[in-house]
Amino acid sequence: MSISREDIGKVAVLARIRVDEEQVSALEKDLGNILDLVDQLGAADTDSVEPMAHPLNAVQKLRSDEVTETNERERFQAIAPATENGLYLVPRVIE
Amino acid sequence: MHNKSVAELARDLDSGQVSSVELTRAFLDRIKQEDGKYNSFITVTDEQALADAKAADEQRAAGKATPWTGVPFAHKDIFCTDGVRTTCGSKMLENFVPPYDATVTANFCQAGAVCLGKTNMDEFAMGSSNENSYFGAVTNPWGLASGNKRVPGGSSGGSAAAVAGRLVPAATATDTGGSIRQPAALCGVTGLKPTYGRVSRYGMIAFASSLDQGGTIARTAEDNALMLNVMAGYDRKDSTSIDREVPDYTATLNEPLKGLKIGLPKEYFSDQLSPAMEEQVRNAVKEYEKLGATVKEVSLPNAKLAIAAYYVIAPAEASANLSRFDGVRYGYRCDDPKDLMDLYTRSRAEGFGNEVKRRILVGTYALSAGYFDAYYLKAQKVRRLIQQDFINAFKDVDVLMSPTTPSPAFIQGEKTSDPVTMYLEDVFTIAINLAGIPAMSVPAGFVDGLPVGLQIIGDYFSEARLLNAAHQFQQVTDFHQREPQ
Repeated sequence: MSISREDIGKVAVLARIRVDEEQVSALEKDLGNILDLVDQLGAADTDSVEPMAHPLNAVQKLRSDEVTETNERERFQAIAPATENGLYLVPRVIE
Repeated sequence: MHNKSVAELARDLDSGQVSSVELTRAFLDRIKQEDGKYNSFITVTDEQALADAKAADEQRAAGKATPWTGVPFAHKDIFCTDGVRTTCGSKMLENFVPPYDATVTANFCQAGAVCLGKTNMDEFAMGSSNENSYFGAVTNPWGLASGNKRVPGGSSGGSAAAVAGRLVPAATATDTGGSIRQPAALCGVTGLKPTYGRVSRYGMIAFASSLDQGGTIARTAEDNALMLNVMAGYDRKDSTSIDREVPDYTATLNEPLKGLKIGLPKEYFSDQLSPAMEEQVRNAVKEYEKLGATVKEVSLPNAKLAIAAYYVIAPAEASANLSRFDGVRYGYRCDDPKDLMDLYTRSRAEGFGNEVKRRILVGTYALSAGYFDAYYLKAQKVRRLIQQDFINAFKDVDVLMSPTTPSPAFIQGEKTSDPVTMYLEDVFTIAINLAGIPAMSVPAGFVDGLPVGLQIIGDYFSEARLLNAAHQFQQVTDFHQREPQ
């Protein structure tokens, strides 16, 4: 199955990855080839098959809702690109 | 010294023949001298290693040694190391210094092992040749004498090349679709991908969470067992790790193989396999027969769908996992973002390499409205069919054997023009991850002077049996001891 230039644009927005116009042709070819490969799945008869999410059918373990970790905000923020007064800085969102 | 195994080095340390500081210096010197040819390390942690070695010598003197105390090794640069840069092979994390340790990292620290540095890898573990690293391609120590630079395989290519090049006796690795076994095969070393959930994924940077599994690369099966002894076990910090007793994997290495039932999946001896490779693998199986094993052909009828299912599930999960790299809390941020959307889209466009971006885009497409059922749900159903094939096979036989790869190490640049050509490199390894079962690659011969790997596949939690089978093979063969020239 091929993927259209328009779809590549939509997916790039969803994925939050900027794709420049000159990259679209290469992506059209590469993603098209990958989707062709994936299309082999259509040949499998899976009508009565349950989808498999975990190899051992394990279920999520629950824990009691208690504070167990210490607050290390300063350590964590030390590796951020930009912070101020304990907050992460991003470009202005509301004018 | 550099040709000794972990087990041998531990004995030398124990007898006082050598100190950890001496050992650590010797291996650090070797990395300095040799790694210019391979580029197998992204970061070498000299100072920390020597400090750890000194502490290890003190521990040993105090009579508090484990089998790992003072033994040098390396971590794949996917395992977070507190205070030591962890890049995952990406520009996105070029300057990322984690504020915490992965559980695997903490386990080796606790055992007293001395980490010499972080090994190179395909970016975010996506690749089969180590050509997708932001820190440059890794070169396979094998085949260099012929003048051609060959790939070490991927994504754990740095770990495999470092062990093959005798820069470290052992290195951690991870395997999502073949990323331990394929490089182990191409570099002539021994690697193990454990059962999904056997080793904690906490602090192991996520690619595809239902497939990722940490594991081991070393030259001998015995050293793989020593590594797994440290790595395996339940971790409450990883909700998918399995709460199940961990055996001593070294305890059963010497069990005789008489009566072992081996299955050869006919789909893995197909025309994708070169006759020269097939001959080496069949010779290895004959060695097992001499050791008392019996051999029969089995079938994995859905194995041919594994690559297709994988290239939906892995990119889909990757697109979700890698959404955390947003240029806000850590990692790369583009210069002068004009608004928030520009910050996200340009940081990600500039911070990720091409293969990572392709997979995020494919995964986003497969999960987008209108396509979810046709792609992700369908792939998950096929995944169960593939698992069922293995369950059926293990009703009849104890282990399966096959080639690890269709061909030996290829020349750099040979398969980079089309991503799908590279994906087919994992044709014999990928189904194992989908099923979640363990498998090893063991050196089993040479074709044109390049190593060939034998893949040994087992049922869930049969790591001890796989290691036993590999160890017994290594008692009667010397492929794993050969040194690249």
